[in-house]
Amino acid sequence: MVCKSDRMRVALMVTCINDAMFPETGKAAVRLLRRLGVDVEFPTAQTCCAQPMVNTGYLDEAVPVVRTFVDAFEGYDAVVTPSGSCAGSARHQHSIVADRSGDPALQRAVSEVSPTVYELSEFLVDVLGVEDVGAYFPHTVTYHPTCHSLRMLGVGDRPTRLLGNVRGLRLKELPAAEQCCGFGGTFAVKNSDTSVAMGSDKARRVGETGAEVLVAGDNSCLMHIGGLLSRQRSGVRVMHLAEILASTEEAGTPQEHPVDAVHDQDTVAHGAAS
Amino acid sequence: MTATFVGMPPFPQSARTALADTQLRSNLAHATSTIRGKRLRVVGEVEDWEQLRLAGAAIKDNTLLHLDEHLLRLEESLTRQGATVHWARDAAEACAIVADVARKHGVDEVVKVKSMATGEIDLNEALAAQGIAAWETDLAELIVQLGDDLPSHILVPAIHRNRAEIREIFLRSMAAAGRPAPDGLTDEPAALADAARLHLREKFLRAKVGVSGANFAVADSGTLVVVESEGNGRMCLTLPEVLVSVVGIEKVVPTWADLDVFLQLLPRSSTGERMNPYTSTWAGVQPGDGPQEVHVVLLDNGRTRALADDVGRQALRCIRCSACLNVCPVYERTGGHAYGSVYPGPIGAILNPLLRGVGVDDQVDSLPYASSLCGACFEACPVRIDIPSVLVHLRSKVVDAHRAPHQRLPKTEAVAMKAAALAFGSGARLGAAEKVSGLVGRLLGGGGRRRLPGGRKQLGRLPGPGAAWTDSRDLPAPPAESFRAWWKRTGGGR
Repeated sequence: MVCKSDRMRVALMVTCINDAMFPETGKAAVRLLRRLGVDVEFPTAQTCCAQPMVNTGYLDEAVPVVRTFVDAFEGYDAVVTPSGSCAGSARHQHSIVADRSGDPALQRAVSEVSPTVYELSEFLVDVLGVEDVGAYFPHTVTYHPTCHSLRMLGVGDRPTRLLGNVRGLRLKELPAAEQCCGFGGTFAVKNSDTSVAMGSDKARRVGETGAEVLVAGDNSCLMHIGGLLSRQRSGVRVMHLAEILASTEEAGTPQEHPVDAVHDQDTVAHGAAS
Repeated sequence: MTATFVGMPPFPQSARTALADTQLRSNLAHATSTIRGKRLRVVGEVEDWEQLRLAGAAIKDNTLLHLDEHLLRLEESLTRQGATVHWARDAAEACAIVADVARKHGVDEVVKVKSMATGEIDLNEALAAQGIAAWETDLAELIVQLGDDLPSHILVPAIHRNRAEIREIFLRSMAAAGRPAPDGLTDEPAALADAARLHLREKFLRAKVGVSGANFAVADSGTLVVVESEGNGRMCLTLPEVLVSVVGIEKVVPTWADLDVFLQLLPRSSTGERMNPYTSTWAGVQPGDGPQEVHVVLLDNGRTRALADDVGRQALRCIRCSACLNVCPVYERTGGHAYGSVYPGPIGAILNPLLRGVGVDDQVDSLPYASSLCGACFEACPVRIDIPSVLVHLRSKVVDAHRAPHQRLPKTEAVAMKAAALAFGSGARLGAAEKVSGLVGRLLGGGGRRRLPGGRKQLGRLPGPGAAWTDSRDLPAPPAESFRAWWKRTGGGR
């Protein structure tokens, strides 16, 4: 596959929640990008985009986090992240934090790094120019456009165009898809009753589609909706867009519970008793 | 009337009560989805909608930059045409001016045009304290007043009521306020409107003093504008001998031509109509035509405080259309009362803290957090108020207000944020934290009794603040190996 990315230096911004809670999404993004000819790097100095602090009002606390962010990602041609929300944070909020710091060097660094940050579907469609990533996923899925990818970034129909080219995949339209799921970062705990009321309606609509998998571009929203779907014993699982796009016929159907599988492999490899 | 927003608990608590009100949930889901659909249809018809939004925002921004000059010009134009202009710094001053006018005419009642500014300053309560009854004549405001209720929406204050409830309110309360509801009143909308018409007509014909707000105040012509649907406002603006209008200082627009933009933006955004049925304009006193004594109260009440906030001042562009309420997923579920103000919904979540200041009242401080930051409000706003950005900005003001040395830092949240900032300060520190979370995952999820759909192990119920999550939502157990650790161990899976 010929890509515009031949000479590009591309970094994966995995995001803190994927790093700590959903490593399979990061691994899928790596597999997918490599398959498309992108030799993606993982700058290990990276941590978080600082959105949890910014959106809760803790701007002083966000300053060192944004500093870490620009230190980790400075100098790359593109920074790709499997999260609409974290991409939005980097592109639209880092300048607020830099202004708060009063540090001209940080302001300059942010103004250089912010425009290089792409959400995964943006990078695939706009930078690589690919809409068929050669994926295979023989399941019925429905897609929830997360608010920040939809309204903050404006990714539009890029994710569904990508999903539409996945072989075997049956895409069901989600009713009232554009309404927020109610996650909202710390909103999910500070206003948990309202958050859950919103999420319950989203989960009900997911159920109406008859899909077996709910897919989205943000694991934070999926953790919320998925948590409700699980509590309801709905029989619907959630998966990140990257994991579906990374699936291929050759690799077989994705493992049932890949996170545990890694753990089990580890224990076998190390010969440890579990 | 005894209902009041004063002393309402912070948003999370009042929302909890509202969320349990099944009638409210049903009424709001129906009403907001209907009006959302109408708005989308009529906005979609206008090819240059985005240009109109930009023009509306630009006119308001330019006016706010020279607000003092425009207000003085407005005063001059009004005075020249026989109106008396009063300046009110706050609610108490504004209420006293209106009460003074009413007292001078020896009246014990006034009729009111639907007005947000008079609701904001609790004018009805202030007049009642002086023995003056203020009769609301907007149908929805009448329903709220007769029900001893509070408004829950800017445009449709009784949106939380359905027609069966309205019938009961009319039957129960109309008699004590004037003409009783007709015998055999049904809940047919036409029958309810007829009952209100008969009840209100007595008041229109009797009242000597009318009280209004204004949607716009045109500086160069001295024209006040009221935009409405029912015509009841026009009754109040034309029949009484005396008219007092309470007008927020941000309502001024420089020229008559500026109305061109706003009279396109407002009806489509608010009621989902191409044009509103009644647009009343008046400039001072016209001999033999309408009220012969005209007062205009220019109200600050926190607007200059909002103007001083360089991010928040865009909230003063607001033309009170309610589009942000109707598209807001939080508002749709909690209704307006949970916001504890006549300004509910997304605009209320920014306007109340901007007008009243943060760091003083827990209820006000809770409002910027009453949003998932989904951005639907910004998308719908006809004057492009970036409500999510202002919410985030106000959250930082709330946190900063509690940073001051004499203030206690707010609870565990501040500690958690400082800890997170430390962990996120370096990749190595985050990696160490993830090792702990992986261990916790193995300990708590290790039993493996419960699995999420798809098979991943889940945590049990969490203690402390985590319970706010796990009370209603399952949570995956942290993985044994973070992405970072995997990358290091495998060289990125090679």
